[in-house]
Amino acid sequence: MPSPRYTRENPQRLHLEAAKCTKCGKISFPPRLLCPNCKGKEFQKVQLADEGKIVTYTVVRVASRAFSMETPYVVGIVELNDGVRLTTQIVDCAPEDVTIGKPVKLVFRRVQQEGNSGILEYGYKCRLV
Amino acid sequence: MRDVAVIGVGMTKFGELWGKSLRDIFVEAALAAIADAKVDHIDSMYVGNMSSGLFVEQEHLGAVLADYLGMGPIPATKVESACASGGAAFRQAVLEVASGASDIVLAGGVEKMTDSFDATAVLATAADQEYEAYYGVTFPALYAMIANAHMHRYGTTREQLAMVAVKNHENGSKNPNAQFRSLITIDDVLNSAPVADPLRLLDCSPVTDGAAAVIVCPMEIARQYTNSPVKVIASSQASDTIALHSRDDVTTLRAVAKAAERAYSMAGLKPENIDLAEVHDCFTIAEIVVTEDLGFFEKGSGGKAVELGWTQREGGKIPINTSGGLKSKGHPVGATGIAQIIELYEQLTGRAGERQVKDAHIGLAQNMGGSGASCVIHILQSV
Amino acid sequence: MIGIVGYGSYLPRYRIKVDEIAREWGADPDSIKRSLLLYEKTVPALDEDTITISVEAAKNALRRAQIDPGAIGAVYIGSESHPYAVKPSATVVIEALGIGPAVHAASYEFACKAGTEAMYVGYSLVKAGEVKYALAIGADTSQGAPGDALEYSASAGGTAFIIGSERVAAEILETFSFTTDTPDFWRREGEFYPRHAARYTGEPAYFKHILGAGQGILKKSGLTPKDFQYAVFHMPNGRFPQQVGKQLGFTKEQLEAGWIVPWMGNTYSGSSPTGLSAILDVAKAGDLIFMVSFGSGAGSDAFIFRVTEELERIQDRAPKVREMLEGGKIYLTYGQYAKFRRKIRMNN
Repeated sequence: MPSPRYTRENPQRLHLEAAKCTKCGKISFPPRLLCPNCKGKEFQKVQLADEGKIVTYTVVRVASRAFSMETPYVVGIVELNDGVRLTTQIVDCAPEDVTIGKPVKLVFRRVQQEGNSGILEYGYKCRLV
Repeated sequence: MRDVAVIGVGMTKFGELWGKSLRDIFVEAALAAIADAKVDHIDSMYVGNMSSGLFVEQEHLGAVLADYLGMGPIPATKVESACASGGAAFRQAVLEVASGASDIVLAGGVEKMTDSFDATAVLATAADQEYEAYYGVTFPALYAMIANAHMHRYGTTREQLAMVAVKNHENGSKNPNAQFRSLITIDDVLNSAPVADPLRLLDCSPVTDGAAAVIVCPMEIARQYTNSPVKVIASSQASDTIALHSRDDVTTLRAVAKAAERAYSMAGLKPENIDLAEVHDCFTIAEIVVTEDLGFFEKGSGGKAVELGWTQREGGKIPINTSGGLKSKGHPVGATGIAQIIELYEQLTGRAGERQVKDAHIGLAQNMGGSGASCVIHILQSV
Repeated sequence: MIGIVGYGSYLPRYRIKVDEIAREWGADPDSIKRSLLLYEKTVPALDEDTITISVEAAKNALRRAQIDPGAIGAVYIGSESHPYAVKPSATVVIEALGIGPAVHAASYEFACKAGTEAMYVGYSLVKAGEVKYALAIGADTSQGAPGDALEYSASAGGTAFIIGSERVAAEILETFSFTTDTPDFWRREGEFYPRHAARYTGEPAYFKHILGAGQGILKKSGLTPKDFQYAVFHMPNGRFPQQVGKQLGFTKEQLEAGWIVPWMGNTYSGSSPTGLSAILDVAKAGDLIFMVSFGSGAGSDAFIFRVTEELERIQDRAPKVREMLEGGKIYLTYGQYAKFRRKIRMNN
């Protein structure tokens, strides 16, 4: 994807930066201008926890072209220890090993690349603990 | 606000229409609707479409299609809400007539999907591009995650999911416009190619070309055009978070529940007053979850309901997707919401042929976008 | 006192056995295992590269050092498989760790000794008072040409060192580098696989430069091999480091703790640094460690470390090399390996 669009999400994808509402404490990831919980407008910068557990998942067997080399791969919704949920891949295991509720830890991986000459795109995935 | 009626409908066959362009199919459906309504002009037009820019590199659809339709310099606007584009376009048309701004409005929907060879990536633009699709999440994957959570919490089974597809194919086999008219069995579904566990190929609606259109006008002049107008007694819309992970409970589609609450309130009705419904079965699990969130069945028992035959066309408590649903009829994204209105119209005017539900007076159409981030609901009544 | 204040390694979980590669090419696995003293190697997953390995290794180093990443003034990554030919790997690592932006960064390249280059320059900057802490990483995901001898050993992994002058766990006592123009192994710009000059990579390359730097640093420091508890050399296979260790006067026992190549393979710029990391996982206060890297082209960097009491306090704060070497392994078939290593020609 184009460099500006990619790098705008760097603080989130590379460093897990989120915004915690100073009024109600809800953490928005990625950060927002208005807290969806209390409509507050002031936030404190926080970094997300890097451990959590699996809320739900699936094994993708038919993917878009960008991910076709990787099938089958597991994607899931993970709830981190600070209550924030995110969607990511669950890697370094057999798909059969994944079940709802298992603990995971976030890892840093290359997520996509634009062919042979485009930029490399990084982000978070997770591994079973 | 004035009461609004549907006075005419038209659609193309849904399927792989290799020889027809987006313009061709839209105009075909629109002209059929105009002929069916017996109107000699239209005041304005809405086009429901999700992704003509990515599929055929054409935006500005309102202008393009008004031009090719040839009905004069009318206002024409593309309406987009992912897979709910058709429903949203219908809602805009209804509001324009209800407000008194126009009298004869065409609400159409169209999608030309088969030119593209990475439809998966295009459809994923209805999800959160930066925080879902970026990580390789596809549409089947999102609904598969909903399915796994629903199965884990409520014990819904893969067989119950398969029964949705079997039922919808049985309905679609009686729909001359359906993409797939073959009958299938539960085993066919369970053994079809895996897509995103637990969903198999036959749990998923297909990639389809198609267009559909309806004409709406104020109820007070409807009988100038037809003996069997159908009144729109509720039109509602709601949104939810774009990302599935932003919702507290992934087994409930809040936009559906919210839009349903608003629609029932508008119509002064309860779920048990609905005689039949066209719902958004983009995947078999979606039909199950939606029927719960529409209030037809208790949360968690949508699978059991299918198994007990409660959603069958014949003998069911509430026939669901008599058209064949998205699964069998096909899912040309932008056209689907309009096609749902057309099925209700045919049923409520007694024109549904072999699919006819007896004593159908009130029908509900539920159209949704993405993993339930948008939902449009209409309730129609025969008068 | 200047030296290592934090260290950390990362090895991918995937492995391929020498047996499996030999089977693919119709070679005799036993004679290969005997001559190379190598049994299996690490393989990076499709979503791993030198940058991701560097981030994970650096996170482990930060866990041990327990310093504010913002205090790191230089980030150097040495590799022969930087993901970009132009755009330094360090910039992504900096953003991932919360370092900078007031930081100096560079990519180093010198075949297998690019990691120790980063260490030498990082150390020199701290010594000169230019930066408070330097982060030096050696990491690689090198390619072995299909069917070539190097395919048995070319593996993936990396180690990061944070160098500073407070709470030093392993003091750097001495350094010495030795460089000549020796085309034993190279890769031209734009080529996908490297090439090498077969037996010329032995005595005139590996041995000449390790001996040159090793003897040089012993002379400079006035120490002899028996003064050391541990020694680690660049490990292209299991045999070479044992042979050069013996030639320099070290025993097999001194090499034992750092001799991880039979199960890791040759992680190129990560090789001797990861061997050093394995030693640091078990060393005790007062131990002296002898390290000489080798990079084809050719050259060697030699270091002498002395362990302090601080090391024992930090060892358990992050995963150890042997844990990563032994735990959670997933074995691949040759086909899976070829897919992961992108050796299969695809449409772009």
